[in-house]
Amino acid sequence: MAGELVLLDFWPSPFGMRSRIALAEKGIPYEYREEDLRNKSDLLLQMNPVHKKIPVLIHNGKPVCESVIQVQYIDEVWHDKAPLIPSDPYQRAVARFWVDFIDKKIYELGSKIWKTKGEEQANAKKEFIECLKLLEGELGDKTYFGGESLGYVDVALVPFYSWFYAYEKCGDFSIEAECPKMIAWVKRCMQKESVAKSLPDQEKVYEFILQLKKVFGSE
Amino acid sequence: MGEEVKLHGMWASPFSRRVELALKLKAIPYQYIEEDLSNKTPSLLRYNPVHKKVPVLVHNDKPVAESMVIIEYMDETWENNPFLPRDPYERAMARFYAKFIDDKLLPTLAKLGQTAGKEKEETIEEIHEQLKVLEDELKGKQFFGGQRIGYLDIVAMILVWLHLTGSITGQKVLSTEKFPLIHEWIERVMKMEVVNECLIPEEKRQDWIQLSQRAPKSASN
Repeated sequence: MAGELVLLDFWPSPFGMRSRIALAEKGIPYEYREEDLRNKSDLLLQMNPVHKKIPVLIHNGKPVCESVIQVQYIDEVWHDKAPLIPSDPYQRAVARFWVDFIDKKIYELGSKIWKTKGEEQANAKKEFIECLKLLEGELGDKTYFGGESLGYVDVALVPFYSWFYAYEKCGDFSIEAECPKMIAWVKRCMQKESVAKSLPDQEKVYEFILQLKKVFGSE
Repeated sequence: MGEEVKLHGMWASPFSRRVELALKLKAIPYQYIEEDLSNKTPSLLRYNPVHKKVPVLVHNDKPVAESMVIIEYMDETWENNPFLPRDPYERAMARFYAKFIDDKLLPTLAKLGQTAGKEKEETIEEIHEQLKVLEDELKGKQFFGGQRIGYLDIVAMILVWLHLTGSITGQKVLSTEKFPLIHEWIERVMKMEVVNECLIPEEKRQDWIQLSQRAPKSASN
């Protein structure tokens, strides 16, 4: 069942972080391989010919692409350790709905915040906060989205925290001021080793964004 | 058994039709509510406050939104005629190609109606590359799901729509020469009564083409 497990990844990718967290939560050993996205490895191109993107999880030589699919795969194969996805079909549907929401909104809006200026940026910030507030509503009084333990939605969302500082600096706003419950939830997650060791330092991510901004010429 | 299943849908939405097909494949009796997207019912807004879109499945008054979330929910709740394979790796593959269709193919197809000239040619090129991925996935199989219609076949119904509307618009993006396996698959699924019941009726196809050219992804998911 364990076999050989390789994760092709890129350190600031929130999508890669999802799989890192899932594997760490379940205590599954794997080989982490850093990809240079300007010079993708033959292995990456071979394992993900359709999208040529990271993360790619390679299990016994067979690739699983797309972070949400990887997390579900990891949960299904190693189902007896730290289950992430609820067992009740309706709860699963609710969790999948919110992960889909996160995928549709958070990354794109966050990107707009650091890439754009003026009105476009202002609109992105507003919508971003609205989305976080909706997620706060879903969290309610629970410790985690998954209840008492880390779940699928937690794993899908918490990686974006490593980009919050960059969003805040670029957008000149405070996420904690607008969404304190969200930040409180983040801090609870960060107390878990699986999360803390899977997320890069926020300052490093910010420096990375500044480099990207130079390349994209938006400074 | 006390099961009450309702579907809030819209005749022109491929996402809505997809869920109808899934319901029919599992022979689940349901009540269908046609939504007027310019005048959504209060029920729809209550059941899907986040996106306010169709389709929404309501099972014993509990709403499920987003077509792929609905389909997986159905597969886990009604175990007859399973859509997804049992093996985790095969499930991952089915989900991957379904996501590919939704995230890549559908948006490119939506773009097609709004481009002209060189941009249109490039878009068609892109569609051909994407269709090739699906053509390859059919190699050695009767259906995307293998021997039986499954999860990916349900999502791939967009190919049937593409074929049918292509004959109307004259835009043969899905050529038989380039995509013989897809054509064989289309012929095979169109022999199924449930598939035909979920296609857009012939008299409405022209309307659908105009609608999809105007508003690619405005109100359904």
